[in-house]
Amino acid sequence: MSHRELDDMLGKGWRKPAFVKNPLLRWALLLGFFAYLIAAFMTIEVDWGRVYEGLDRGWAFVLAFTSPDFISRWTDIWSGLLESIVMTVAASVVGILISIPIGLGAARNIAPLPIYMICRGIVAISRALQEIIVAILLVAIFGFGPLAGFLTLSFATIGFLSKLLAEDIEAMDKVQAEAIKASGARWPQWINYGVQPQVMPRLVGLSMYRIDINFRESAILGLVGAGGIGATLNTAFDRYEYDTAAAILILIIGIVMALEYLSGIIRARVQ
Amino acid sequence: MPILERDDAQIWRRRTTGQSLVRWFGWLLGVAIFVYCWQLISESTTWFFVWDAPRIANDIWTRATPPKWDYITQLGRPIWDTLNIATLGTIIALCMAVPVAFLAARNTTPSALFIRPIALLVIVSTRSINSLIWALLLIAIIGPGVFAGVIAIAIRSIGFCAKLLYEAIEEIDHTQVEAITATGASRWQVMAYGIVPQILPAFAGIAVFRWDINIRESTVLGLVGAGGIGLQLSASLNVLAWPQVSLILIVILVAVMISEWVSAKVRGAII
Repeated sequence: MSHRELDDMLGKGWRKPAFVKNPLLRWALLLGFFAYLIAAFMTIEVDWGRVYEGLDRGWAFVLAFTSPDFISRWTDIWSGLLESIVMTVAASVVGILISIPIGLGAARNIAPLPIYMICRGIVAISRALQEIIVAILLVAIFGFGPLAGFLTLSFATIGFLSKLLAEDIEAMDKVQAEAIKASGARWPQWINYGVQPQVMPRLVGLSMYRIDINFRESAILGLVGAGGIGATLNTAFDRYEYDTAAAILILIIGIVMALEYLSGIIRARVQ
Repeated sequence: MPILERDDAQIWRRRTTGQSLVRWFGWLLGVAIFVYCWQLISESTTWFFVWDAPRIANDIWTRATPPKWDYITQLGRPIWDTLNIATLGTIIALCMAVPVAFLAARNTTPSALFIRPIALLVIVSTRSINSLIWALLLIAIIGPGVFAGVIAIAIRSIGFCAKLLYEAIEEIDHTQVEAITATGASRWQVMAYGIVPQILPAFAGIAVFRWDINIRESTVLGLVGAGGIGLQLSASLNVLAWPQVSLILIVILVAVMISEWVSAKVRGAII
């Protein structure tokens, strides 16, 4: 701020500076935003009568959380939950194992350009397609069952983990890697002693986070027939068995919380 | 440091026998769990379909290409609905996430003993359940349509936004808050001039980030009947109209890429 501006401002009250400095842009943004909001509200069709009727059912569902029914459908819940966990574990292991070489290939500072392009391409495809769409296609190809879910989750894990791993490798300290190289290390030794120790803590943390995500995603894959607890949950909703649905949701939330707690401990120990 | 002696010369060893036994046993256990999981998946898979998969995939590919381009005239409204679901859902979620975040942050919560755990519970439970499941539930309660999609996206986003926001609130610079307090400002003035300006950039970043994710999620909400382009996708899948499916998938991919580009631009401008 120059002296001139300061002189001008003397004697006037202070006003909070605006978030967007250019006034024209600020007003245009605000106006456009409200125009959009009005247009959006005009086109949404809400059947308020139906919503009002539904409030009772919504309340019944909230009440169901106070008395969840684990018992009467326990065998279905258990088999669905086991399938979800199994898919999560297998897909996480396979996905992490595959994403390490792809992550190495997608880091510009250690991979030559052709390999870099191929690996970045794989990452981009995997990230652009959502789990549920991949699951639909894989169910059409491989048939119903947890195999399609396992493949879906592995594929999604590759995109997520490879990208973050590659970014971490690109941000690593070059000096250590060069020192290993100067000692005459071959390529695998260079990766093993120069690169791996630098990215390992983050890789472990990200893997734990991905296991957490995989479990959450495995809960919906059943909606399209790819195995897991989703099918059971869908059936419970369709039959208006809110107490069973509440039990399943409580189990999912509980497992996710436990996983988050566990990953917190592991990450704190590694870093 | 464990040392091994051989021919009176000392050879360095990294771990004691006990440590390496524990590690070896841990790896064995991990491999055993993975093999067991794989066996469970394998048992519930019809391997005939899997061996047949290349032929089926080829078949689907020939059916799906070329995409039915003139179908795009019917996709205008679903795309608009998808955009509305994502945007309105994000706005509603942000309105609810702000108070939850202030209640959950350690330095602004009115009561760390009673209110903070409740706020954290809200965050965890809304975050760990996928928006498709929320949509499923809301469709059972308030009926299918765009409105259910908006609410599903909103509920799902509360936890995400509130978590990132309360972490931002906990990381604010305390000296600024103290300075405002020292001028004799009331509690709300401290909030408005001491805390809010510090978290505003983080808030805008979170909003755009979540909007980007919500565009992705709202494209598939229609699969369970909650409006948007997913409705067209599931209708086309049900009648096996593969050329339409491939066109819709292309449209979804383009929408996801555009939203990612917009969010990257906006975040780049803010931060």
